[in-house]
Amino acid sequence: MTKERFYKWIFTALAFSSLFFLLGIMITLLVQALPMFRQVGILRFIGGKYWYPTYSTPSFGILPLMLGSVVVTTGAACVCIPLGVGSALYIHELAGPIQRAILKPVIEILAGIPSIVYGFFGMVIMAPMVQRFFGIPTGLNAFTASLMLGVMATPTVCSIAEDALNVVPSSFKEASLALGANRWQTLVKVIIPAAGSGISTAIILGMSRAVGETMTVLMVAGGAACIPRSIFDPVRPMTATIAAEMGEAVMGSLHFHALFAIGLVLFVITFIFNIVAEIISRRFRLRLGLGR
Amino acid sequence: MQDKSLLQNKDMLVYKTHSMKGKDISQGLGFMLLVLCTGTALVFLGSIIYFITIRGIRVISWEFITDVPRMAMMKGGVAPAIIGTFYLTLVSISFAFPLGLACAIYLTEYSPKGTIINIIRLSINNLAGVPSIVFGLFGFAVFVNAFGFGVSILSGGLTLGIMALPGIIATSQDAILAVPQSYREASLALGATHWDTIKKVVLPAALPGILTGVILNVGRVAGETAPILFTAATFYTRGFPHSIFSEVMALPYHIYALMTEGTHPEVQTQIAYGCALILLCLVLSVSAIAIILRQRQRKMYGQ
Amino acid sequence: MDSDIKIRAENVNFYYSETHVLKDISLDIYANQVTAIIGPSGCGKSTFIRLLNRMNDLIPGARMQGEILLDGKDIYSPRTDVVELRRRVGMVFQKPNPFPKTVFENIAYGLIINGIRDRAFIRDRVKQSLKKAAIYEEVQNRLNENALMLSGGQQQRICIARCIAVEPEVILFDEPCASLDPISTRKIEELILELKKDYTIVIVTHNMQQAARVSDFTAFLYLGEVIEFGPTSKIFTVPEKKMTEQYLAGRFG
Ligand SMILES: Nc1ncnc2c1ncn2[C@@H]1O[C@H](COP(=O)(O)OP(=O)(O)OP(=O)(O)O)[C@@H](O)[C@H]1O
Ligand SMILES: [Mg+2]
Repeated sequence: MTKERFYKWIFTALAFSSLFFLLGIMITLLVQALPMFRQVGILRFIGGKYWYPTYSTPSFGILPLMLGSVVVTTGAACVCIPLGVGSALYIHELAGPIQRAILKPVIEILAGIPSIVYGFFGMVIMAPMVQRFFGIPTGLNAFTASLMLGVMATPTVCSIAEDALNVVPSSFKEASLALGANRWQTLVKVIIPAAGSGISTAIILGMSRAVGETMTVLMVAGGAACIPRSIFDPVRPMTATIAAEMGEAVMGSLHFHALFAIGLVLFVITFIFNIVAEIISRRFRLRLGLGR
Repeated sequence: MQDKSLLQNKDMLVYKTHSMKGKDISQGLGFMLLVLCTGTALVFLGSIIYFITIRGIRVISWEFITDVPRMAMMKGGVAPAIIGTFYLTLVSISFAFPLGLACAIYLTEYSPKGTIINIIRLSINNLAGVPSIVFGLFGFAVFVNAFGFGVSILSGGLTLGIMALPGIIATSQDAILAVPQSYREASLALGATHWDTIKKVVLPAALPGILTGVILNVGRVAGETAPILFTAATFYTRGFPHSIFSEVMALPYHIYALMTEGTHPEVQTQIAYGCALILLCLVLSVSAIAIILRQRQRKMYGQ
Repeated sequence: MDSDIKIRAENVNFYYSETHVLKDISLDIYANQVTAIIGPSGCGKSTFIRLLNRMNDLIPGARMQGEILLDGKDIYSPRTDVVELRRRVGMVFQKPNPFPKTVFENIAYGLIINGIRDRAFIRDRVKQSLKKAAIYEEVQNRLNENALMLSGGQQQRICIARCIAVEPEVILFDEPCASLDPISTRKIEELILELKKDYTIVIVTHNMQQAARVSDFTAFLYLGEVIEFGPTSKIFTVPEKKMTEQYLAGRFG
């Protein structure tokens, strides 16, 4: 009996490791970002329009970086929502058993393509194509980055959305078909609404992944820390800024702390994304009468 | 009387076919749209694989895979990067696997009370959503600086390990939950303790699923770049890493470095194609194995 | 006569979270006799016998009131060692549930977890248990095969052998023949009659003939209450309650 209790305690302790690491990350970021906030102030940090970290009178405003993230993430959403959800619906509704048996694992496997590969592909193939096609000075810009990010998030969105569609009881579909609705109407009026919050969860998680994605935007987005005026401007999203500048920042300097502060902002943003996704998906499961 | 009812029927018929047409057109358009979406997605993803394979295959040779870089990367191969990726993955999984498995066992077998389970589940989900670069920052501040491990395999491996933890927990949990409850009942009814039941019945039955999950996560970890940017990776080492405290070359970082540093962009791009192909093959074959195994197992359990 | 009572349930009430599934059940189970529990689906038969070795402890939110005495000791008192209790009161489930291990390992499992290491002893006990469960002949050359490869009826007898191997005092059967063919069912019924020499047996069954064939005592449960309890011969021929008569005649349930 004591042995039993011993194991239970060990497992309980180890089970809290995720919480431990999550708190560890939060505290590390806070501690390292604090000198930044103290010197510059949160508002001037978040609202500042100029990011000149290495000037003799440096300026640490991350508005351009945040806008960079917003632009590429929104762009990515425009790509991955139709492609991801569309292909999930295709697999669910149109694909025959053989197609489905192939497509599902293939999509899952493609979700494993490392982001560096997207970055590399974007840089050597996509960017020159975009540059030529639109006749613009550089193909390394927010547009190309959005495209690559969107394609990258597509398999993830697709497989989560497909799972959500699968959870919808087939009785809903049968009931609708039995009332004389055709398959498209059934899909649009019954299945999609029933799986709606599951699909939203898929989209939010896809977006969360796009906001936090580093290598692709680092290599493809162009890296200009200015407020973008058009989708074809080069941008420097937050993740790319950290990745690009950490190597140069002198340890303990204000610039160093500023990069941690950007990390904190990123952390908070994705944290909110995840909480929202969690709430929606819990509601979804409750509504369909599923446990857990 | 007779005529009238016939007429009514006819009306209904007209009405029906008419609306049928509208319905059919919208259905046709809608389905076409779905086909278009799926096609576009597949074309995009396929062309990535296509271009990298076609251009990478030209670079890859036995020397490229097994030799160290020579003459400022111009000659030789990328073996240290392949080995480095292997070491980093090994360290991260050896760290994350026991921890993740323990956590999964707790969540599934000891089914804790409402609030505790919610807190743990919430932190797992949120840990899974933390951007990879933020893990890099954390590893840099804690492992590299505070713990003094320096830029090393250990720092990078631990950072990657924390990142892999949620994935390992989720896959192990699925595997354990797939073990039929009847096995547990049978064991307990024979007078086995809870721990005996877990160790001798549940874990052996879940093992194939757990291992599949680990393989799946190996694929993910091996391709990560951002977490090792400041914790482990370096552009060039002479030869192979000596200890767990050496910095390493790693395939994904190597691709990045080749594209952004150095003095021979033309040649370096070619090498990067080779590296990208190797990485893609490694990662995709590993996850393909895992996903195919998993499908087999699911069939076996009749799910 | 009182000394022959192996298990006594006194005013047992049981709740799954909010639903009250067992209402004030009092029953005596006599040693070395077969007690059958019959009743319509959902009346709480499984719930009741799972209380006898505390398998319901595993269900979150479940609550029990009353007393269940095994050899005069309350098995729900805080001092009871649940693991030891379950060794003494074994269980065979509705669906055969061998472990995905070899036949031999299945039977040896209970011994090994109870700390027995003597190989020769284990081998001997496995053989004996298989014989007692009337399956030895069929599987003696397949001891190292995966038990899941056997037929349903064979699997069920393996489960019985596995249960016998740890030498319980009481064996609980929850519809052991529900998923079996008539021939396997006959074999298991014969086995039960054989086993009652050494063990106290409680069997839940849907099959009235089966209850009549194998049991010495019968309890009729309806909507969580014991309607009638007594010697099987009496219940099946001159039931006291009208409801019992109707149920046995197949008029409801
Ligand atoms: N885990 C559970 N949680 C909540 N309610 C349950 C649970 N298990 C059983 N019940 C309910 O308790 C009642 C009694 O169930 P029980 O399984 O004991 O019936 P039974 O007599 O064995 O039926 P059957 O002949 O179908 O096996 C049923 O109404 C059932 O729905
Ligand atoms: Mg039952």
